[in-house]
Amino acid sequence: MNFIQTLLNSEQGAFKPKTLTPMQKLTLRFVVVGLIYYGFAVIEGMLMRIYEVNTIPGMEPKQFFAIMTAHPLVGIFGSTYSIVFGAFLFLVPFLMKKPLWSIKLGNWTFVLVAVGTLTFWTAGFFSEYAPLYTLYWPLPADFTQFSALGGAFFILGIALVMLGTVFFVINIFKTILYTPEGWDKQPAGKLIASALGYSGLKNLFSKKKEEHLVSLPVAAIARGTVDVALNAGIILFTGVLILVYMVAHLMGYDLKNTAIDALLYKNWFWWGLDLVADGLVLIFVAGTWYLLATLITGKKLFMENWARAALLLELIVSWTVWSHHLMSDQAQPGILKLVSGEMVTAFELITQGLAFFITLVTLWSARPLTMTNPLKFLLGGLLGFALAVPAGIMQADLGLNRILHNTQWIIGPHVHVAVLVGLTMTLYSAIYFLFPILTNGAKLYSQKLANFHFWAHLLGGIGMGAFMGMAGLKGMLRRSLYLDGEFNVYMILAALAGSLLLFAFIAFFYNIVMSVGINGVIGIFKPAETKTRDLLPAEK
Amino acid sequence: MIDSNTVLNGQTLAYTFYVLAIMSLMGWFAFQITRQGKGSPVKPALFYSWVTFLVILGVSLHFITYNTIPWKPMDYHRAEIKADRVFDISVANHKFNLPSEKLIIQCHEKVLFNVTSGDLTYGFGLFRKDNTMVFQMQVLPGHVNDILWQFDKPGVYSIRSTEYSGPEGYAMIEKDVVEVVGCETSSN
Repeated sequence: MNFIQTLLNSEQGAFKPKTLTPMQKLTLRFVVVGLIYYGFAVIEGMLMRIYEVNTIPGMEPKQFFAIMTAHPLVGIFGSTYSIVFGAFLFLVPFLMKKPLWSIKLGNWTFVLVAVGTLTFWTAGFFSEYAPLYTLYWPLPADFTQFSALGGAFFILGIALVMLGTVFFVINIFKTILYTPEGWDKQPAGKLIASALGYSGLKNLFSKKKEEHLVSLPVAAIARGTVDVALNAGIILFTGVLILVYMVAHLMGYDLKNTAIDALLYKNWFWWGLDLVADGLVLIFVAGTWYLLATLITGKKLFMENWARAALLLELIVSWTVWSHHLMSDQAQPGILKLVSGEMVTAFELITQGLAFFITLVTLWSARPLTMTNPLKFLLGGLLGFALAVPAGIMQADLGLNRILHNTQWIIGPHVHVAVLVGLTMTLYSAIYFLFPILTNGAKLYSQKLANFHFWAHLLGGIGMGAFMGMAGLKGMLRRSLYLDGEFNVYMILAALAGSLLLFAFIAFFYNIVMSVGINGVIGIFKPAETKTRDLLPAEK
Repeated sequence: MIDSNTVLNGQTLAYTFYVLAIMSLMGWFAFQITRQGKGSPVKPALFYSWVTFLVILGVSLHFITYNTIPWKPMDYHRAEIKADRVFDISVANHKFNLPSEKLIIQCHEKVLFNVTSGDLTYGFGLFRKDNTMVFQMQVLPGHVNDILWQFDKPGVYSIRSTEYSGPEGYAMIEKDVVEVVGCETSSN
């Protein structure tokens, strides 16, 4: 096949969208949109990297901070939520060998997350609404700085994403618990106990080991989904609160900002935000590592009961860990800083360290392994968290936080290395693994491009985080601007590393488009021709 | 009191060493798992040793810093420590309002910076001339935001907001307004 034929009709014409089931199409739609939003986030990131080196003519600081506001939200909600929700809506029924409870609700999740992200991104772009994702009170309701109308649309977009998120939660738990037509009645109570980790914990202390009704990856998804639900509730409530101030302002009434206590609000909102950063992300990632390790090796997971118990512990840790974000807030009670901020946070080193160890030993037990794309990206993801978690533990210390908080150290070696190297490489591993399953055997266009994708992403992610971290140790703040080039050496190096990430994404995107063809991408978004609720076509 | 730069240098060394070690380990692991193994299973004892190591590491970090970073216990117990000097500073409309044009501190004094916000959430940080940070804290409206610090080196410092308070916030800098004097006999 020549280049044009491949571009239009996929590598060797192997991808045939007409053969896809509705479930395959749903998952692929999530992945395509998630990757497009990842592209948005990468371009926004590069714009900020360049601006940190030298201001871009015609771009005011207000626009820079509007990008900084949209960037993490597009990355987390538009990209990660899309890819993760799509993958889990496929994997939970796949692993439980029964259909998804509602494909229709799954489609609604897809539409709401995609449209919601576009709504808040567009509102931010045009109105330059820029309170950052932290929304520290009363900044989101400061209408001397920001447009109330733009802000209202921004919040509306976030609310749409959260509504889609709630639908995802319902679909996941219903799928675990419901009894499909023609099946024996499913033991819902025992299933939920297994999914939430109770049976794993019981097995640790009991001689008579109970059989797990739910596989470990499904248990991890269920536990992470609890945090997804709580987080959606917190963000929705906070959004409504801010919206009340906006609507009142638009109607000519200015509500008192002092009616809301800034510290209480900060505790409340960080409790919710941390259910993402220190909750569902860590739990989902650990679950994905376990799944990938067992699928790649075909072996049982090492120390499975411990892995289940650690996931339950991580769930509880994620509810009590938020105070490490308030260690520089002097009004925050000292006991909360010590117990929640330092001690509970240290448990993340333990839970994530266990997941890291268990995954490595499971892989080790299956030597020799072929270095496939899923395996190499899985190792990259493991390395990402091995680098980022200790960086986070260091800043969650009352002594070190005093000189690290709000510096580039936080956002570089901790956040960006965790998200870009740890989380994203884990997701890429899953995408490479699921690609032939979801596409009914489509061929990857180029292994050389996949190799470039791996190395450029790994080195770019670690490099960018490292140079940002070095700047942070020299006092460079995040969420700020340095117009006199005070940190240009580090920022130029970080921008160069960031450009590697951009090239990695371009290579990956091009590789995937050539693998499925433009007609294939269009076909994914057309209605499915088969009406089955099965995950895969019958002949598979 | 030990300089915060010294602590950061120690942290840089420790973390760099760790990064090199873990990257080497992962590189070695990636190479080894593609080779034929001996087939002997990993013993659970290794797992339990690893768990014990993580617990000790996670908890001991905070005890070590409590005993080696002097501002940590001082900050935690600041309500019980009498300050030698207090500066009351207010912030509003993206502007610091200082009690005097220059804040002069005598060497070895324990100084309390008491910062209040009239509108938004800000940050309060002290920075050296080379832009490195001495310390920072958050400044929340409607709350007491105070930090106790002891200065044992001469120097001129700038105040800068360390928290985002809107697009104008990055310019909240009071250049060279804090000066520590009287350290002539100290060894630097």
